[in-house]
Amino acid sequence: MNLFAPRDNFGRSGMTSRLGAIPLALVGSVVVLACIGFAALYSAAGGNWDPWAKQQAIRFSVGFIGMLVVACLDLKWIFRFSYHFWFLCVILLVVVEVGGVIGMGAQRWINLGFINLQPSDLMKVAIVLALARYYHGLQGDEPRRLKSLILPIVMTLIPVSLIVVQPDLGTGLMIIMIAAAMVFLGGAPWWLFAGGLAALGAIIPTAYHFLHDYQKKRVMTFLNPESDPLGAGYHITQSKIAIGSGGLSGKGYLEGSQAHLNFLPEKHTDFIFTLWAEEWGFIGGIALLLLFSFIFFQGYRIALRAKTPFGRLLALGLITNYAIYIVINIGMVTGMMPVVGEPLPLISYGGTVMISTLFAFGLMMCVAVNRNTMLPRS
Amino acid sequence: MSSDKDQVMSFTRRALVMGGVKGALVLTLAARLGYLQLVESSKFKTLADKNRINLKLLAPVRGIIYDRNGQGLAINEQDFRVQVTPEQTEDLEGSLETLSRILPLRPQEIESVLTRANQQAKFLPIEIIDNLSWEQVAAIEVNMPDLAGISIDEGKRRFYPQGPATAHLVGYVGSVAKHDRGQDPVLGLPGFRVGKTGLEKEYETELRGEAGNSRIEVNVAGRMIRELERENGKTGENIALTVDLDLQKKVQEFLGREKSASAVVMDAHTGAVYALASSPSFDPNLFSTGISQDAWNLLNTDDTHPLNNKAVGGVYPPGSTFKMITAMAGLEANVIKEDTQIYCPGYYEIGDHRFHCWKKGGHGTVDLTQALCQSCDTFFYSLSRDIGIDRIAAMANRLGLGDTLGIELPEERKGTVPSQAWKLKALGKKWEGGETVVASIGQGYLQATPLQLATMTARLVNGGKAVKPWVVAKIGQKDVGHARGNWPELGLIPEHIMRVRMGMEAVVNDERGTAHPYAVNDPAQAFGGKTGTAQVRRITEQQREEGMVPQEDQPWKFRHQGLFVGYAPKDNPRYVTCVVVEHAGGSGPAVSIAKDILLAVQAMQVGNTPVRHAPARDVPSKEDKARGTL
Repeated sequence: MNLFAPRDNFGRSGMTSRLGAIPLALVGSVVVLACIGFAALYSAAGGNWDPWAKQQAIRFSVGFIGMLVVACLDLKWIFRFSYHFWFLCVILLVVVEVGGVIGMGAQRWINLGFINLQPSDLMKVAIVLALARYYHGLQGDEPRRLKSLILPIVMTLIPVSLIVVQPDLGTGLMIIMIAAAMVFLGGAPWWLFAGGLAALGAIIPTAYHFLHDYQKKRVMTFLNPESDPLGAGYHITQSKIAIGSGGLSGKGYLEGSQAHLNFLPEKHTDFIFTLWAEEWGFIGGIALLLLFSFIFFQGYRIALRAKTPFGRLLALGLITNYAIYIVINIGMVTGMMPVVGEPLPLISYGGTVMISTLFAFGLMMCVAVNRNTMLPRS
Repeated sequence: MSSDKDQVMSFTRRALVMGGVKGALVLTLAARLGYLQLVESSKFKTLADKNRINLKLLAPVRGIIYDRNGQGLAINEQDFRVQVTPEQTEDLEGSLETLSRILPLRPQEIESVLTRANQQAKFLPIEIIDNLSWEQVAAIEVNMPDLAGISIDEGKRRFYPQGPATAHLVGYVGSVAKHDRGQDPVLGLPGFRVGKTGLEKEYETELRGEAGNSRIEVNVAGRMIRELERENGKTGENIALTVDLDLQKKVQEFLGREKSASAVVMDAHTGAVYALASSPSFDPNLFSTGISQDAWNLLNTDDTHPLNNKAVGGVYPPGSTFKMITAMAGLEANVIKEDTQIYCPGYYEIGDHRFHCWKKGGHGTVDLTQALCQSCDTFFYSLSRDIGIDRIAAMANRLGLGDTLGIELPEERKGTVPSQAWKLKALGKKWEGGETVVASIGQGYLQATPLQLATMTARLVNGGKAVKPWVVAKIGQKDVGHARGNWPELGLIPEHIMRVRMGMEAVVNDERGTAHPYAVNDPAQAFGGKTGTAQVRRITEQQREEGMVPQEDQPWKFRHQGLFVGYAPKDNPRYVTCVVVEHAGGSGPAVSIAKDILLAVQAMQVGNTPVRHAPARDVPSKEDKARGTL
């Protein structure tokens, strides 16, 4: 089978025409975002390319080429291997459970030599692919039937249970959220979500008892960070001080005292937005939010213009996945959400997130390039 | 295909709902940013500043104490310390072991470094050894590549280059005691030293200077990132003394001939102290680094009291040196007249109580001059009650006894001049006539310091001016000694003074004089004075009858105190001295030392050149400033 379809919908053939069909606005946005990331990492290292910015740029370059390659793939091929990819990710999760590298108190990574692969990040893309394919196959009022929920639930709970035992509750919850979004977009009944929210409210207190100590602490700290400013609430308090002290126009590039004086923990990963907002202020923070919004808009545009349910669901699912990252991360560093340890994709330092995010954008672009490609319904 | 269309419609509808949710969330984040960065910004800015700025005190450099010729008595020395910073070495024990091959370390020293490393932040350096020699510093520097985490630190240490020679006068510095902690925050600095005794204590404020400060940016662990601002403090004031170091050393050396002694040398007219020494002495440098318990105990339990400044803090019965005061009081009361003569049979009787003269056979008939010259007790005994204790006490006070004279030494003591009122107040008893008899020869309740006796002599030989001793000539550029020029008149009759001086001259220069064996023949350098021998124990009648045990056969503690007050040159007195030799048995050793002192001070012409201005305060050099910033 040819990975790249011989002819595209414009009647042109080969790679060049496909490359030309890649939405430039999205590619440009990704590049701008990545550059913001390099600049922030350069600053995080006190004005040094090492140890983060350079490494990040190299990874981005590799991932960027990968993204363009994925964008040019034939959507049919992606469609066919959607379930396989999900299955592969489940196996990787099992492998992590068995022999992963111990890091940060939780087993999350597979060391591939050049990169520490975090299968749970790939799973976020895999679940979108798998559910998009599943809902693509449903016809008529099938999505509204309750029995159609069985497979999505199974496909969600298997990876989620593997991730939660790692233990990484945050990522587990994120996958549930993405899955729920997919089910919603796939056409599950409205009442299900209203009821689901109500049930969630009832379950939370019970679930709290089963949390690990550090997870409980995170929740408590979130509810009242000032109660323990030097202990568990330290991250949030310091992050709020850093962002707040940035003011309207910020302290200036490379001048963020909180970040550079190490008051800010994890400034190059989860708290990169804090560093950005400290140095560039409210103006910089809003500019970044506008750029994110523009990317969301691009994702919606691709989804709404796609001709197949798979394309629509895939593009919208992936952009929703990205949006969840953004909201959780910025919500966390501004003290609106518990510290769950999710990065700001394309800006935070980190290999797997960079690769999986670029992969996701590649898939989105692929949907755009293949928006007229027809796929089998059963 | 209609179901297909429915599906598209349904998807679009739901996609828009989700888009709305996303939009709402992004707006929430924007609002949150606005709240933190616009509304609450100033609060967080304050918190951020508190987070990053630390005020670090910079210890001021202590002022230097110079002698009158600009020789350093208390200086600041560079002190090299070797230290280790635990975070800079992967193997702390290994580093210390390597270091011990260059610089022998005792096991307990290594142990204490390791203990401290576990107690404090890893980036704080730990002192291993201070006071390194140049050779040791060089050896460590050369081997630096092999010594991970080891570094040499340079600081200032108080150093007394003259050691024991100026120990009592200059004093010493020591760690800040809890009760010393005043409002000056610099006292809280680790290793900060304050004056504990002597001039170091008296001039603590002037010598200390003012702390500077440096505003440093620190990270969360308190580690210094960079210096934002630096305000150099003020170096302490330098102080110049009236004391001449060369004379001081000689005096200390002369005193060293005896087991325990002290001396003051001063200018009879100005009161400027040229030397002030107490022996045995100690090395004040022991205290600036921290004295060991053993050394401290040794100094404290010794019965010669090496730590005490006996020249200003030792009180002794003045003995016969007091006779000038009795004489002056008698002359002023007109009890002693020009033709007053007393026959001395060797004792004086009141009722059935017999007061013995020191000379068993008696002096025969003596006038005032001979009474002073031969130190006849009977002469003063017999006139004492006519003069009366209160007149004697008043004269003693006028001549400088019974109260502090205000020399700039915290160890100065008042001594005692008894009077009727004093006894009633202090002991609640009435004064008795016999006590006046004893007091007239400087025994009984009378107590005076060598400094007071020297001052008394100065006031007599300078023509009756109320001179007071002082030792600090200049504080920084300020001439504090200059103000001490015009001493008020005591209102003594010159003729009375002349008559007493004749007696003092005879003490040394008359063949019958008690100090005649030490007379100087060269009239230009000849001296006068008065001997004194003070009993420590009462001599009982029984002892007198059984024959007295010779002084040298008695235990040291029970022997008489030997005193001498002197002046020179005899015809135009300029220098006065008082020497007290503890438990000398007699006054001989004191006269011997006084003679050497007076010859030395005349030969050196001390006081002929003005006190040199102390060098201006040290201004921190540019390198110092550069070194302060990282």
